Amino acid sequence: MIIDVYNKLTVLSDSAKYDVACTSSGVDRKGKFGSIGSAAKAGICHSFSADGRCISLLKVLMTNVCIFDCKYCVNRVSNDIERVAFTPHELAELTINFYRRNYIEGLFLSSGVIKSPNHTTEQLIKALELLRSVYHFNGYIHVKAIPGADSELITRLGLLADRMSINIELPSQESLTLLAPNKTKESILRPMGLITAKIQENCTDLVKYRHASKFVPAGQSTQLIVGATPDTDHKILTLTEGLYKKYHLKRVFFSAYMPVAENSLLPSMDTKPPLLREHRLYQADWLLRFYGFEAKELLDEQNPNFNLQVDPKCNWALNHLEKFPLEINKAPFEMLLRVPGIGVTSAQRILMARRNSPIDFSGLKKIGVVLKRAQYFITCKGKIMDGLKVTSDGTIRALMADQYKLPSPYPEQLSFFNEPFITREDVQQCLTGQI
Amino acid sequence: MLDGTDLIYAYDGSFEGLMCCVFESYQRKEIPSVIRPPSVQETLFDTAKWIETDEQKADRVYNSIPMKISPQAQEFVKLGFLTCDPHKEMLIFRFLRLGFKHGGKVMMMLTDDTVCSLQKAVRHLTSESHKFKGFVRFSVYGEVLIAVIEPKNYVLPLLSPHFCDRYRNERFMIYDKTHGMALIFQSQKAELIFVEELTLPDVDSAELEYRRLWKQFYKTIAIEGRNNPRCRMTFMPKRYWSQMTEFDEIVGLAQWQVAETGAKEPQTSLCTLDARSTYKISPDYKVTKKDLFHV
Ligand code: SF4
Repeated sequence: MIIDVYNKLTVLSDSAKYDVACTSSGVDRKGKFGSIGSAAKAGICHSFSADGRCISLLKVLMTNVCIFDCKYCVNRVSNDIERVAFTPHELAELTINFYRRNYIEGLFLSSGVIKSPNHTTEQLIKALELLRSVYHFNGYIHVKAIPGADSELITRLGLLADRMSINIELPSQESLTLLAPNKTKESILRPMGLITAKIQENCTDLVKYRHASKFVPAGQSTQLIVGATPDTDHKILTLTEGLYKKYHLKRVFFSAYMPVAENSLLPSMDTKPPLLREHRLYQADWLLRFYGFEAKELLDEQNPNFNLQVDPKCNWALNHLEKFPLEINKAPFEMLLRVPGIGVTSAQRILMARRNSPIDFSGLKKIGVVLKRAQYFITCKGKIMDGLKVTSDGTIRALMADQYKLPSPYPEQLSFFNEPFITREDVQQCLTGQI
Repeated sequence: MLDGTDLIYAYDGSFEGLMCCVFESYQRKEIPSVIRPPSVQETLFDTAKWIETDEQKADRVYNSIPMKISPQAQEFVKLGFLTCDPHKEMLIFRFLRLGFKHGGKVMMMLTDDTVCSLQKAVRHLTSESHKFKGFVRFSVYGEVLIAVIEPKNYVLPLLSPHFCDRYRNERFMIYDKTHGMALIFQSQKAELIFVEELTLPDVDSAELEYRRLWKQFYKTIAIEGRNNPRCRMTFMPKRYWSQMTEFDEIVGLAQWQVAETGAKEPQTSLCTLDARSTYKISPDYKVTKKDLFHV
């Protein structure tokens, strides 16, 4: 029997791997007597795969059988591959045994659409119920909501999970119609809206009745594919911003498209995944969430795509040289955040340290500011850095460009593990960055 | 060699001992240039001054930290002592002197060399211990979970609350090979003990099967087209790999036995530190087969 599980695990993790969400963050939950497991708000990476991505959850599909025919997906009905399914029992055994050995932080369960969206959702509920009530699993669970499933089922599923996600994948209705003929904007956004509403409703319930069960306490996330369609960065980022504002999503993930099928509507099989573009989007996403930027400050109709040479924050600074140089000992927090080379932690530290005594360049270095980048944009006690020559912004551009080579995560990133609100796991997730 | 600036303190390596060094320095109005734990060899012309550990003096210093500096500073110093910084004694010493002079705002003096270095060391400790929350790999032996780690810092005291909470119903042991210590959790009680040597029994077939499944999952989940070993190395440096199942090709270890402990005099004692936080240490605790395992 276990041999069988080995094969299923291989097939079902192989088809789940293109989902890039891997975080286990967003909720703190203590262990319980009689149960196994807990959850850590910051998230915990248990390993890193050969592609440098964090492994936190046992990421598998319940089944790779699917009646839908999304052109960009390996599981599409028209693809001739081996189809298998876990039984709820097999899945629970696997999760608990991995968890006990501390291989994982929990389960990330997704599924192809088997028979119907409702039937699939019922299968997911069965598996999670077994895990939660029979195996007393108290660790993290991220579950996929299936587009088109009934509200009542999605609600039941949400009460068993910590996080729910529903992937938009394609940033426009046109792309959906072309590439995911069985899905519509409506079938994706309706459950997303439902989850948002339920989370809010649940918050008030929890205030009213202390023992109300929690509905996806770690919030919801989604994923957008980058590079499968002609949609611009501007479109993707504006959509992302809307999702944060309107649906209060915890995260929007971006996934550089890996060609999995020969199709005239898709990039050819030998297309390299646009990793640098994906990286730029993550950086911009960071700017939206933590640095107080708005999408329209970063891109517009005239410049709809990110500059691949320079990161979005630096790009913004170079286009707004009139706002610089900034005096480190006076500038407000929001402006410090806009200096290339100053991250959220360094900005906070600057505020703290300058209350004590004025800061000079050597002090900034100790604080953790990346002077190599920041030097062009700041003064300390009214002076620019010794020996710095600024001739034209062309020079600056040249100076800055070579510092952004993908995909080495910036050294600065690693020293930022004490971020109060950027979770550690977020930082560790490859291809995101403090900028 | 012997001018006043080269004053050396030698202490017993315990946290309390270090507090006594601070006491001594204030009482004698002198500043040592080195504070040496027993693990560091003395040099030929060494004229170190031995500082006796005295509970009461240590308590006076320790208890004055939250009052004269801040509770955060006290926590910070405790963490500082768990770091692997080779100069941690002098850093803590200088930090406390600064703190007693400037009060609570010492924690904000981020551009000061001492504060900055001690913070760096503490960040190294906390980030290493955060990594181990994920990188620890247990093997199941009967009803007991056992893991081996090789950290640079003393991470066990920081790992203890996390694992004891998560695995409430389990009995487990995390053995820190670097420092010869182990965290043992059984019957809802956590203990840190000194362990000289640990030899593990053969694992059973179920354990081997789950290791195989995990390795297969690990391999499968990587996307080939995005291969990026450098990135992996940044987040998970090679030094962690030796004790991680996914990199272990040789399965099945030798005969097992948990060595009797307590004979060895601890090099650095964490006892005092832990008595003040939530853990209890009994250095003469003996791990016997019966204690840990149902046989
Ligand atoms: S519904 Fe999901 S699994 Fe099925 S083809 Fe579309 S993306 Fe793939």
